[in-house]
Parts: sequence; structure tokens; C-alpha cells
Amino acid sequence: MDVRKKKRKVLLMGKSGSGKSSMRSIIFSNYVAKDVRRLGATIDVEHSHVKFMGNLTLNLWDCGGQDAFMETYLASQRGNIFSDVAVLIYVFDIESREVERDLDTYHAIIGALKEYSPNAYVFCLVHKLDLIQAEHRQRIYEERSALIRSRSDHFSIDTFGSSIWDQSLYKAWAGIVHRLIPNLTVIERFLHAFAKRIDAEEVILFERSTFLTVTSVASEIGDLNPIYDRHERLSNIMKAFKHCAARNTHTTPASAGFVVMHTKTPQFNVFLGRFTDNTYIFLVVPPGEAAYNCAVLNTMLAREGFSKAAAMGHGDGFPLPAPESPDGELANNSHANGYL
Amino acid sequence: METKPGQVSTGKPQDAKPRLLLMGLRRSGKSSIASVVFHKMPPNETLFLESTTRIQKDSIHSFMDFQVWDFPGQLEYLEPSFDLEDIFGSLGALVWVIDAQDDYLDSVARLNRTILTVQQYYPNINIEVFIHKVDGLSEEYRTDTFQDIVQLISDELSDAGYENAPVHYYLTSIYDYSVFEAFSKVIQKLIPNLSTLENLINTLGNNCGFEKTYLFDVLSKIYIASDTRPVDMSCYEMCSDYIDVIVDISELYSWDHPDRKPKGEQNQEAESHVVLHDETMIHLMEMNKYLCLVSVIRNPEAKEKKGLIDMNCRTFQEALNDVFSRSWEQDQEGSEHGQTQGQVTEHGEPGSNN
Repeated sequence: MDVRKKKRKVLLMGKSGSGKSSMRSIIFSNYVAKDVRRLGATIDVEHSHVKFMGNLTLNLWDCGGQDAFMETYLASQRGNIFSDVAVLIYVFDIESREVERDLDTYHAIIGALKEYSPNAYVFCLVHKLDLIQAEHRQRIYEERSALIRSRSDHFSIDTFGSSIWDQSLYKAWAGIVHRLIPNLTVIERFLHAFAKRIDAEEVILFERSTFLTVTSVASEIGDLNPIYDRHERLSNIMKAFKHCAARNTHTTPASAGFVVMHTKTPQFNVFLGRFTDNTYIFLVVPPGEAAYNCAVLNTMLAREGFSKAAAMGHGDGFPLPAPESPDGELANNSHANGYL
Repeated sequence: METKPGQVSTGKPQDAKPRLLLMGLRRSGKSSIASVVFHKMPPNETLFLESTTRIQKDSIHSFMDFQVWDFPGQLEYLEPSFDLEDIFGSLGALVWVIDAQDDYLDSVARLNRTILTVQQYYPNINIEVFIHKVDGLSEEYRTDTFQDIVQLISDELSDAGYENAPVHYYLTSIYDYSVFEAFSKVIQKLIPNLSTLENLINTLGNNCGFEKTYLFDVLSKIYIASDTRPVDMSCYEMCSDYIDVIVDISELYSWDHPDRKPKGEQNQEAESHVVLHDETMIHLMEMNKYLCLVSVIRNPEAKEKKGLIDMNCRTFQEALNDVFSRSWEQDQEGSEHGQTQGQVTEHGEPGSNN
């Protein structure tokens, strides 16, 4: 059976020094925040392919932001850069002194995008928020996003405030990735049923290498959890520990990871384990040893089912949606996900 | 040893808890150390700390109550206007912080004066020297600085007729684990039943095939005891970070709601373990309100016997709580006993200053 592989072109743009390559390195290349000082300026466009959830590949175009490059993108390279774009991620530096000029450049980019890829999603990140005093952050961020929105023409954009020093970066990128996963509804339907069956308060699916939240479901009680940014905080926590494990077992962060984690406390029980080749599943269930063991056992059984499906060529094991979307490319040879 | 009987009795009962005195020249990093270790401040935020102008007294309530006194660097406490008895007259440790990135001759001279004054009257106080801010120094320069400072201090002390001074040295930085490691060592000397704890942990570790085991104070992430196998920094880092993981996750999911009900029986103490990509297992078990036991397990046979590990850890927990309730009873009977025991541990490992 053929697997329909999705390649999505993602443009990463913004003024020089706004932090595009830094965030890309942290999310996709396992850098830690303080390592990004080593990065130099991006010259022209750096292409990278990020395999995300098996059948989705992000084709990331990190576009150097110096004025000279920006001009060529808009002039001679216009067709090359802006055609077939699935997502434009535009990064604004909150500390920029030339806000008006930044917005003009942004408007020009939006104009080019409208011409070549009118259906693209646009995400704007207001970056380096850590440099603003905490009590003013929300207000300044909102003012800036309103300005950005007013210059976005017909595109309905999503804005995120972000900083590489806390979990806000994970929130922004999880939001972006969430929009790109082709079979998301199928996955979510499965998770809903599954969470109900094992009586979980919350089930979260994390992508394996980036630890970004793919999707999550919560029960009625789980929904009452007062901590709204818990998913991105979890990404941050687990990724930090992954770095620690890599450092202390003498391996690269890319190859470090968790096989399984069990946590039992008087208030809740948590299970984290590999689910499909590219995902971790994170279960939160109420305390109770027997119920917890049951939930873990059921997760293992579900995992087996998925790996069988994966072996038969169903991408990541999750069923794919009906093949009707026009931008899906057919892969030539059947592709197994090489699970162990 | 010849403690004047008056000294012990003058210590009021509430002052009987051990005291850590943080001293050193101004801007050497004393308050930063206290904030990072005891108040969980992220290291990069210590840049904004104001300079300390008066003695900051901090009471730490944990498995064992102790006080941390942070002294302003410019304070001349050796002047007669200060009551030495008030400062040093309690069992504890003097932690002297030296900025290794700065010219340290002044600091060393002052430390020597302090040691010579203090040891006449209070020979029981442990002198701990933190050669601090070494994160900015190269490996080689670090070793040279260390040697130089040790040499300077011991030479001058022996010139003054004080041979083999019980001074211990540590290379520290708030940007890595070294300051926690150093504080662990400092605190351990103040624990009356350290050897009992170490024996217990050794027995547990041998029976369960643990590679390395630490008994951590959860709040400060200081370890108060470990098995006596050689220190392995990588195990320590992973254990310490794993506590963070569990504490952070607990913060996210421990919210209270009347509809959140347990679905069955479960132990009241938290238990967690993780298996890493290279099959290393880290096992964590809550011991009481303050302490948790964290072990690194690499032996494949040991890992299969998870039930045995859990059971042995529970047994250890009972023994541990026995030890502590005993020592609390003793504390109430009179602080003299604790004091003599403290001395024994101090002299038990002389010259471990490398």
C-alpha cells in the first residue's frame, strides 16, 4: 500500500537578528537556550527537512533576514520563495526600534504570499518577550499583535508571544504544528475514545524528538485543571531532562530519550511511554494502583495495534484521512517507519 | 575538645540548631549562593541581587532545622563591638566564599585572621572554603587557583602555629551542580547520625544492585547522605534533575477539586521511575515530607526485580524514620549529646580537602 507523504513548505522569516534560527535550533535541533549564542547570521536561505509524525515532513526554509536578502526574496526570487507555501512563520523582535519599518517589510512579504500561496497559514511570533518586564508583557504583546493584524490583509493570522527562555516557545510551535498534521481529526477521535475507556483525566500525545504537543484530550475533571500552560511546561520539563540524560550518558540529545516513566503520587498517577515511532503518550489517571496498571496495560495493547498498522504501511500507525486533498504527493515506494 | 562548659549551656534551646555562617569579602557571591541553594532562584537572576547590608538570618525547616546567616562583606565582626559568642557560639560551619575571578589575597588574609580568632574559642566550628565563580575559569587555571589558595591558607596558619587546620576546600559555581555538591558535604558533617545513614544506604544498595544512591532533601536538593561508593557526578546530576522533573510534574497535576477521587488503594508516598534510552533506570521514592531516595540502576538483573526494589526501599524508609525519631528524642533530652557526636564525624575524616 502506498503511503501518502505530506511535505509541507514552511517559511521562517523576519528581520535579521530577530531569533529565527535560534528558535529553530531549540525546537528541532536539540539546542539548549544558552547554546544559541554560538549561531551566526543565516546567509540566504537554509533548508532543512524535519520529519514530524511519520507521514508529515516539514520542509523548513529559514530565510536570512538582512535587508539585502529580503529584497531578493521579494524581487528575483519571488516565485521560488513564495510558491507552494503551507505556512509562513514571521518573527518580530519585541525590542526592535523600527517597528514601522518592520511592519512595512512584513506587509510586502504578505503581499507576495497573497500572490503565490493565498491559502497559506500565517503565524506571527512576537519574540524575545523575556526582555520585557513581566508586568508589561501581556499589554505590549497585545498592542504589537493588533498592529500586526492590521497589516495582514485578508490573512487571518495567529500570533504568539514567545521567548526561548521559557515554555512560551513550545506553546507557539505546538500551535503551528497542530495546524499541519494531516490526520489530526482521526488521531483526536482515537484519543477521546481511548481516554474514556481507561478513565484518564488527560491524555497528551508528544512528538518524539521535539517534545511538542501534537494533541491532547482531557476528561471533564481533567479540564478543570487550573494550570492552562501545563502542556508546554511539560514539553519544557521533559526536554530539559532529556538534555540532562544525554549529557550524563555521553550521547547526543537527538539519540537520548525515554523508554518509559511511571510516577505514582497520592494525587495523581502519570505514565509516559513510547507510543508510535514518533510519539510519546502521556497519561494522567487518578490514584489507585490497580486502575493505573490497567491503564498502562491498555496503552501497551493499543501500541501494539498501532505498530501493526505501521508495519502494514499506514504511516505512523494512525489511519490516514480519505485521499482527496490536492497537495498530497504520492510516495513511490512503500515506506515503513522502521520501528524496532 | 576543651569546650568550656559555659558555652553549651548559654546557647538557648532554640539556638541549638546548627548554623551555617556565610562570610567573605563583598561581591564574592554569598547571597547568590544562599538564594540559589535555599530559595530556588535561577542562577542568572542573581545578577539583580542587591548587596547585603545587614546580617540576613534564614531559618531552614527541613529534615533537620538549621539556620543560614548571610553576612555583609564589609562587616568587621572581629571588632570588640560584636559579640563573638552570639555569632559563633553554636554548632555549625563557617562557609568562607572567595571570588576566584578576583584578586583573592585580601580575602585569604581576612579568612586567616578569622580562623585564628575563631578557633581559639570555638574549635568545634567547621571551616569550609568555597572557591567560588570558577565557571569563568579554564580547567587548568581552576586547578592552579585551587592549589594556590590552599597553599596560602595552610602556610599562613602553620606560621601562626596552627598546624593541620581542619579547613576544607571546594570549587563552586552557581551555574552548575558544584555548589549543591559542596553544600551537601558541609551539611553532612553537621548530621549526627551520618554514618548510620550511610550504612543503611549501603546495605540497601548492595541488596538491590543499585549503582549509586542518594538521600536528597527535596527542597534544597542537597543530599544529606549517599552510599560510600565513589562520587559519580553524572549520577548525581541525573538524580538531582529527576527530582526536578517529578516536583514540576506534581505541581501541574496536584490541584485540589472535590470531584477528583482516587480509584483504589495506593501508597501515600510518591514513587517514580524512568528508564532512559540506554536502559539506565532512575528510581525515586519519597521517604517523608522532606526527604526522598533516588537511585541509579544499571544492572539488568536488578531492574527486573522492581517489586523487590520497592519493598526494600519501604524497609529502608522505616529504618530511616526510626533513626530520625531517635535523634529527635535525643535532641530534646539535651543538645550536648548532638554536639559531641558532631565532633566525632568531623574528626572521623580529617584532611579530605582535595
